[in-house]
Amino acid sequence: MLKKVSKLPFQGTECQAQAFADVIAQYKSDPSQLMTVMQKAQQIYGYLPFEVQAMIADGMDVPLEKVYGVSTFYAQFALSPAGKHSISVCLGTACYVKGAQAILDRITELLGIGPGECTEDGLFSLDACRCIGACGLAPVMMIGEKVYGNLVPEQVEGILAAYRDQ
Amino acid sequence: MAEKNIHLKINGMEVEAPAGSTILEAARIIGIEIPTLCYLKEINEIGACRICMVEVKGARGLVTACVFPVAEGMEVFTNTEKVRKSRKGTLELILSTHDKNCLSCVRSGNCELQKLCKEFGVDDPDYYAGENIRYAFDDSAAHMVRDNNKCILCRRCVAACDSQCISVIGANARGFDTHISSPFDKDLADVSCISCGQCIVNCPTGAIVEKDESAAVFAAINDPKKFVVVHTAPSIRVTLGEAFGMKIGTNVQGKMVAALRRLGFDKVFDTDFGADLTIMEEAHEFLERVKNGGTLPMITSCSPGWVKYCEHYYPDLIAHLSSCKSPQQMQGAVIKTWYAKKLGIDPKHIFVVGIMPCTAKKFENKRDDQSASGLPDVDISLTTRELARMIESAGIYFRDLPDEAYDNPLGDATGAAVIFGATGGVMEAALRTAVETLTGEQLASPDFTEVRGTAGIKEATYHVAGMDVKVAVASGTKNARVLMDKIRAGEADYHFIEIMGCPGGCVNGGGQPIQHAVVRNFHDLRSMRAATLYEADKNLPLRKSHESPAIKMIYEEFLGEPGSHLAHEVLHTSYAARPKYR
Ligand code: SF4
Ligand code: SF4
Ligand code: SF4
Ligand code: FES
Ligand code: FES
Repeated sequence: MLKKVSKLPFQGTECQAQAFADVIAQYKSDPSQLMTVMQKAQQIYGYLPFEVQAMIADGMDVPLEKVYGVSTFYAQFALSPAGKHSISVCLGTACYVKGAQAILDRITELLGIGPGECTEDGLFSLDACRCIGACGLAPVMMIGEKVYGNLVPEQVEGILAAYRDQ
Repeated sequence: MAEKNIHLKINGMEVEAPAGSTILEAARIIGIEIPTLCYLKEINEIGACRICMVEVKGARGLVTACVFPVAEGMEVFTNTEKVRKSRKGTLELILSTHDKNCLSCVRSGNCELQKLCKEFGVDDPDYYAGENIRYAFDDSAAHMVRDNNKCILCRRCVAACDSQCISVIGANARGFDTHISSPFDKDLADVSCISCGQCIVNCPTGAIVEKDESAAVFAAINDPKKFVVVHTAPSIRVTLGEAFGMKIGTNVQGKMVAALRRLGFDKVFDTDFGADLTIMEEAHEFLERVKNGGTLPMITSCSPGWVKYCEHYYPDLIAHLSSCKSPQQMQGAVIKTWYAKKLGIDPKHIFVVGIMPCTAKKFENKRDDQSASGLPDVDISLTTRELARMIESAGIYFRDLPDEAYDNPLGDATGAAVIFGATGGVMEAALRTAVETLTGEQLASPDFTEVRGTAGIKEATYHVAGMDVKVAVASGTKNARVLMDKIRAGEADYHFIEIMGCPGGCVNGGGQPIQHAVVRNFHDLRSMRAATLYEADKNLPLRKSHESPAIKMIYEEFLGEPGSHLAHEVLHTSYAARPKYR
């Protein structure tokens, strides 16, 4: 699937910058370690926005396009940050059959974001996932660690509102 | 050399091929062309498209001939039913996601995909039809348009861009979503693409094309109020013929001039005049820098792809660039000032068209500080390919045209200007003038053969008037990078450097006629085309820019001395640092 690139402004801290500089110092002489550097950068920043990929490209002396190509090829890399509450809608077979797509569509309608995106206020991020082993409760979604089952689209608004008020 | 040869059989015929050859190379020895799409010798050997499949006795399944090495006793079959079926299926799969609008596609008739579809009788292009992604065009850049709907993902453009050490396009995402784009899917105009067009000449299809501006030229020609002047770059005379099926390296100068007259241009001039003028100014600038302790090495500035590269990647070294405009821009500047005055025409009625080997020229003529008369020096820059299409669409039968001569005085030029089209040519031309100026004596021979040839980097030292002049020549930005890193590190002791953005110089520019990979892979286009330029130089009566009567005239009547105040106003320009990404 095409990955969504975050439009949120990037905010890095001093502390993150220092940790990142250490990673570059360790690997910069070895371009074959690009993937490792990208993984570590993602651990530090949570995701790989333009600014972070540009720093990786400069630090490792590889073209930015090569970093971007890898980041869009492998599923492990995120181009959008996780929200404070990350929503994960199961699109596994059982959930799909029981109408998971309608749940996903309703969330998109309410939050204005699709899978792989994060809301502008940083509160919610949305993803679709494979079977999470709760097929008996299909359709299922998770917010953070909490599982919601037997969903119908009408419930979604209320559930999200509770998180908003927290 | 000591490597022994391998004996194998291809389609039952005995073949002897050097060890390490691929099946593709071995087959050529007996005159069999195995079709390829993704393969570019040395730069794209990825075995991805699977059009080159052949049968090898004893092997499980078919193998890719472009990367599969030959072995002793091997038996290869290149044209069995199984092979033909596989190729047809591959083509049908490619077509299933292809925007099949051959009717008006620029590459129609010169498209590698179209040619193969015809050869393999792909009569049901919708065989695998399904849902397709519609991609938006990227026409943000001044010089080219990318249309992913016609892309077959062979990655030849990516390899070409990588081998220029630019890498602003690549294959992004995966699976069905894989597509060619710039990082973060930015517009090409917002990344540090140098407009060299090497991706275009290496694309098998119409997925990357130059931005066609011929309609504006036709409109100007048909506008009775406009005085339309055209000038043709040094290398066009040795490449245009290819677009009409003529042998690589044919000199078609006379027919080209005739065709331009028949297209309706009011004057047909030679950019070679501008090249001679460039030498006068550049040689003078160089000697001044040497005398006055200016920034050395001085680096040539005729190649707009190279200049853009320097601005994006070595902004700290911009002071090394010669302030001379390129021949295209000098020619235009002179047409709209000196020549306009001579003719008594208001420059605002003059429309200048440059025929260029280069897509970056489309970027160059829109740069700041390129308007000596207050109007753009050059209105439109067309590639060799666009000119060829104009000639075709005007119904001009190129191959049967008589030879005609350029108009005067801006069609007058020397051999020094002709060789600008090949890597090393500008250096050689500048040396002819600089050395004679320094010593005040005639050169025994105008040839500086050390700087000729297609090597990526060439170096030479000449002993002139008690001084050792150390020069270097690089073509292709990958090689430019080597020299620039040396300068940055303070390790370069050159005085003068020539750099061309494209490998081999203008003869291999991104605007030149497209030769299919099957030709590019096995012929050195650069030296075949360049040889004709050196031949033309040899046969000209005048071979040094400062000996040209037209050059003497313009300095007498208009500019005064090389490097004069007026010369600076009309013929020199400035540069600015550019960011890598926006
Ligand atoms: S790229 Fe080739 S096959 Fe595709 S539309 Fe153009 S000419 Fe036809
Ligand atoms: S744009 Fe052209 S060269 Fe590049 S991958 Fe597509 S078809 Fe190949
Ligand atoms: S024009 Fe040159 S620099 Fe730009 S994308 Fe094509 S090959 Fe790369
Ligand atoms: S399919 Fe959704 S939990 Fe198993
Ligand atoms: S796989 Fe051989 S040419 Fe593409």
